[in-house]
Amino acid sequence: METVIDALGLTDSFQLLSLSPPGWGMNLLRGLANSVKIAVGAYLLGLVIGLFGAYGKLNGGPITRDLLAIYTTVVRAVPELVLILILYFVGTDLINKASSALGYGRVEISGVAAGIGVLGVVQGAYATEILRGAIKAIPVGQIEAARAFGMPAMMMMRRVTIPAMLSFAIPGLANLWLIATKDTALLAVVGFSELTLETRQAASSTRAYMTFFLAAGGLYLIMTLISTFAFSRIEKWARRGERPMSGDAK
Amino acid sequence: MVSDGAAVPKAIMVNDLHKSFGTLEVLKGVSLVAEKGDVVAIIGGSGSGKSTMLRCINFLETPSSGEISITGEVIEMKPDGSPHNQKQIEKMRSRVAMVFQSFNLWSHRTILENMIEVPVHVLKVPKAEAIAKARELLARVGLADKEDSYPAFLSGGQQQRAAIARALAVDPEVMLFDEPTSALDPELVGEVLGVIRDLAAEGRTMILVTHEMKFAREVANKIVYLYEGRIEEHGTPAEIFGAPKSERLKQFLQSVT
Ligand SMILES: Nc1ncnc2c1ncn2[C@@H]1O[C@H](COP(=O)(O)OP(=O)(O)OP(=O)(O)O)[C@@H](O)[C@H]1O
Ligand SMILES: [Mg+2]
Repeated sequence: METVIDALGLTDSFQLLSLSPPGWGMNLLRGLANSVKIAVGAYLLGLVIGLFGAYGKLNGGPITRDLLAIYTTVVRAVPELVLILILYFVGTDLINKASSALGYGRVEISGVAAGIGVLGVVQGAYATEILRGAIKAIPVGQIEAARAFGMPAMMMMRRVTIPAMLSFAIPGLANLWLIATKDTALLAVVGFSELTLETRQAASSTRAYMTFFLAAGGLYLIMTLISTFAFSRIEKWARRGERPMSGDAK
Repeated sequence: MVSDGAAVPKAIMVNDLHKSFGTLEVLKGVSLVAEKGDVVAIIGGSGSGKSTMLRCINFLETPSSGEISITGEVIEMKPDGSPHNQKQIEKMRSRVAMVFQSFNLWSHRTILENMIEVPVHVLKVPKAEAIAKARELLARVGLADKEDSYPAFLSGGQQQRAAIARALAVDPEVMLFDEPTSALDPELVGEVLGVIRDLAAEGRTMILVTHEMKFAREVANKIVYLYEGRIEEHGTPAEIFGAPKSERLKQFLQSVT
């Protein structure tokens, strides 16, 4: 192994990636941690928005439905990078205006919170569509049975609708999570030090572009592989009540 | 069945019930009384409004007008027939259990979990107590060994028996059945009818929409014949099947036997 590394002239690369100070490994990992933090936060925020969005689209009045249609259409039509720039600058600007109107002066908005907010709004639009489709796919009889036995609306959502729709929603939600992890990279444009920005800084300080971007690519790949594994377990659990299709292997 | 009707409130009273879907008037003023212990069978042609009538009783469909009372309690309606008080409806529904044509068990829960769902979460029965009762009921309908299975792994007949057990688990004052055997393969019909027959024998109050005339005649003590949203004729099984008066009922009985 070492001879291979030597032969390929990779010794320097490994030193650059070392976790202790002369190496930049720690910076990349810190960036990764920030990326994960934002991705998780944005994903959860997106799920909450999506749940309300889906309910609003399915049961809301005409105005609610129109507003939600505008939201999901706009978010899905505008390139995410543009959207992030708009939401970030408009969002922070609005918050500052509101706070100075209330007499608090400028507020410092943490990068993580802004990132979560911005990506969460984007995720929410996609989650709305995924969850709406999943709720519609639930056999009506199961909802009707819950109604017929006197379940109040909130309990029905918690105990019947959400668990019953999961098996339909999980594949879409798994995709959405992977998009969340990768969209964090777009936050580099607003100066947030997530994995991509940390990588770029390390790369430009050392001129070892290849080394650092490949390393970052590897980290994204590992994150995806772990997520895929986790989601396949979750999907299996969510489908516990389904009979395996005949013809399926295993 | 109950002699002093004044003291015991009627299990179900439906008075001049109307129901329209848009401009289509499906129920044109139907009334029905079920005493405690009555088994009422609703018969009639396809589209005559049987399911709609049954579903109006527990407000799965919102009546357009009329009056409904369950065990003497009048369900308050707004002038447009919509429930006045959602809490009252929910409370009433937990006492009136429904068995559906398509079983409608919750597919993400095991049979036992299906059984205790409403007792534990809606009626707040202690879990251990609910489980013990659920096991007893499952044994009664012959599904003791299926409590950990998911509904999709059971046959239609087993699923329907589980659905009946789920309904029994809430200790209902009235049970509503909407064609409980219509979705079943012929060889599975008997096992489900057997369970319903036992329930009738133990004095359960039941309203049953069915196409099984022989069965209706055997278990019901009142028959209601619905024709295009009106009650064309009602009476005891002997009267309805033995001496039908209306021409339409005669024709209907001929067509189904
Ligand atoms: N949700 C609905 N919206 C519009 N029309 C409806 C609805 N439900 C029922 N109907 C109509 O009301 C009429 C009566 O339907 P219902 O289901 O009560 O008949 P049924 O007697 O139960 O028939 P079947 O024996 O076929 O089950 C039918 O013409 C049906 O098309
Ligand atoms: Mg019907």
